[in-house]
Amino acid sequence: MYRYDSYDQSIVDARVEEFRDQTQRRLAGQLTEDQFKPLRLMNGLYLQLHAYMLRVAIPYGTLSGRQMRKLGEIAAKYDRGYGHFTTRQNLQYNWIKLADAPDILAELATVEMHAIQTSGNCIRNISSDQYAGVSADEVADPRPWAELLRQWSTFHPEFTYLPRKFKIAVIASEDDRSAMRLHDIGLKLVSRDGRTGAEVYAGGGMGRTPMVAPLIRDFVPEDEIVSYLEACLRVYNRYGRRDNKYKARIKILVHELGVEEYKRQVEEEFAHMRTLGLNPPTEELDRIRAYFAGPAYETGLEDSIDRSDPAFALWVDRQVAAHKQPGYAIVNISLKPRGGIPGDASAEQIALVAELAEQYSLDELRVTHAQNLVLPHVKMADLHAIWQKLDEAGLAEANLDLITDIIACPGLDYCSLANARSIPLAQKLSERFAAADRQKELGELKVKISGCINACGHHHAGHIGVLGVDRKGVENFQLSLGGSGAEDASVGQITGPGFSEDGVVDAIEKVTNLYLEQREEGERFLDTYRRLGMKPFKEAIYG
Amino acid sequence: MKILTGNDLGTGDVIWWAGDGWSRQVGDSVDVGDKGEDLARAEEAALRVVGAYVIDATVTAEGVRPAHIKDRIRALGPTVRPDLTLKPNDADAGNWVI
Amino acid sequence: MVEFLSFREGETGQEPAVTVESFTGQSNSTAVRIEAGEDARELLPHLDRLSLVEVNFPAFGDGRGYSAARILREAGYQGELRAVGDVLVDQIVAMRRCGFDSFRPDKALDDAAVERALHRYDDVYQKTIDGRRPIWAKRHPETVNG
Repeated sequence: MYRYDSYDQSIVDARVEEFRDQTQRRLAGQLTEDQFKPLRLMNGLYLQLHAYMLRVAIPYGTLSGRQMRKLGEIAAKYDRGYGHFTTRQNLQYNWIKLADAPDILAELATVEMHAIQTSGNCIRNISSDQYAGVSADEVADPRPWAELLRQWSTFHPEFTYLPRKFKIAVIASEDDRSAMRLHDIGLKLVSRDGRTGAEVYAGGGMGRTPMVAPLIRDFVPEDEIVSYLEACLRVYNRYGRRDNKYKARIKILVHELGVEEYKRQVEEEFAHMRTLGLNPPTEELDRIRAYFAGPAYETGLEDSIDRSDPAFALWVDRQVAAHKQPGYAIVNISLKPRGGIPGDASAEQIALVAELAEQYSLDELRVTHAQNLVLPHVKMADLHAIWQKLDEAGLAEANLDLITDIIACPGLDYCSLANARSIPLAQKLSERFAAADRQKELGELKVKISGCINACGHHHAGHIGVLGVDRKGVENFQLSLGGSGAEDASVGQITGPGFSEDGVVDAIEKVTNLYLEQREEGERFLDTYRRLGMKPFKEAIYG
Repeated sequence: MKILTGNDLGTGDVIWWAGDGWSRQVGDSVDVGDKGEDLARAEEAALRVVGAYVIDATVTAEGVRPAHIKDRIRALGPTVRPDLTLKPNDADAGNWVI
Repeated sequence: MVEFLSFREGETGQEPAVTVESFTGQSNSTAVRIEAGEDARELLPHLDRLSLVEVNFPAFGDGRGYSAARILREAGYQGELRAVGDVLVDQIVAMRRCGFDSFRPDKALDDAAVERALHRYDDVYQKTIDGRRPIWAKRHPETVNG
């Protein structure tokens, strides 16, 4: 894992003091809310329905045990004993006092963490693959790139007041576990003639106008990625729309200019940028890469496990993924217990996962965009002990990528932008489809719920997506089918008129029943939908 | 009736204008008539509230009821965490927001 | 309070700045004002006769002027580059990094706040045209010259 040097630490420490100064000026009345708001937002502090909310960055979703423990301690000390893991691989605290925010940031800084640029119209936390460094098929570990870009984007002097927020993902596998093409810019590492570089996708996103990002360059060498991104961002900063916040994301610029014209402008700017010496030397990426060199794996480990306990076997089959190193496994920890709140973890659960990471996973863990956690380096021989500890803490749900592994934004229970509650719907679905056999029968089925058009719950990318809307003061839910955030990225289509909360649960049941009737050998729900199209599903729902 | 709400500047708590100060209980709200905007500005300047705004509400048998579900959820707390609402011992409290 | 802030040695431009349109037309002016949304590159053929470029920020959140400034400096403009309009103290450092060397904000700035902001951060992650050595260069002194 990356460790701060004195430069990194000094920047984060200075940021804490800067924010302390700003907060004190606000509490003393020297700053009005209008003046303070952009300052606090640049540091991830929102005013939500019930309190201030602080969003902490978890760069590319990677944490050490020590960092995770600190997150739990903060939840217990400054919040109400829990935190919420988000679709940006970040963590949100829901009940923060303004005067405590600087102290929380100071505590985070002691474990090399921060809340820099977790909000605002700037480059946000860089997301990546939760299996980075441990999946067998990756070209290279994408995280050194993500860290390089984290540093490059931190307080970028030209790109801190963009037309709108800007999200970047870096992946390196054919399997896209990061919704890369639904980002403002997605990078996919590729190898060409023995050199590592990136395919660049630009103009993806969700929100009001969902779009899958088109490829704008098939290879940027690793030692030119900074100047290429500067070119992409400069064209966006200059020409992205600023007259309408709903049309301000880069996807609208790319769409309105056309991909070819955007590419042309970027190439022209890149030709200029690459003469300016903006790229760190290859030694810098090598320096960062050294921190991510594979940990000291043991060899000759036992590769088989005792499956005599059926509950354990069920959990292994669902939650454990193949590791590139023989004798090791990747453990997915579900934060979607039956009837629970997707992505929430108590301070005690956070502390337990920190301990498990230290004891069993070479002191490393990951956060996924699907609001789950991962222990990336677990010996097969330790799986049973881990499962037992997770089970005692209510963390042993076996539902990865199944219908109850639901993504849901905080919705109207917490969020001041929301139009409807997302979590109660997720809970009802979780109860309706609780039976393990039924979930297994339905197979991979990604349900994603957003409480408003901003789409933090990624509903456009759900095999089944739900969007909460406000219909004359009453919560109403629109259903969509056929979205995907994976390598086969697509945007879901709305089925038709919306439903009440119970109505949408029933409609989803009808949709899944039709799938079970109509599916062909080996088809996932998404495949069947794509083969049959909307019509039969619509008939099943409304007919 | 018109009532005034916002968040406590320091704690972020949801608060309601009760005539002589702020209350955490929506039931303490008083009708601010057409004085809401002036009150909001004065109270914001006095650093007692942030993001103050006027909403419509009615008086029902159960007390003051904000017209919009968002403000009813603000008045109660997150419906998915009854333990963290203002009525932690009332299992059905969440029904009030609908 | 600071109504005008300059980091230039010697005098600053006093001549009223004209619009880009009149400047590139036939004007003999040596001072021009760029509005947000105007293309700074239109000035590139005329840099040698310019001594002051004002870049207007209509709202603090409108960041187009940062790109305009860097473009002019990257093209070798040496004259005064002044940020005017809705310029906040918390933005001065980033604007300096993009090449601005004088400031005339709509609302005067607090002296102490300006001092604090200027000295808040010792180092920077990015290379721009301001001549500061980015952190990556300091980390690799053997490979990165200058």
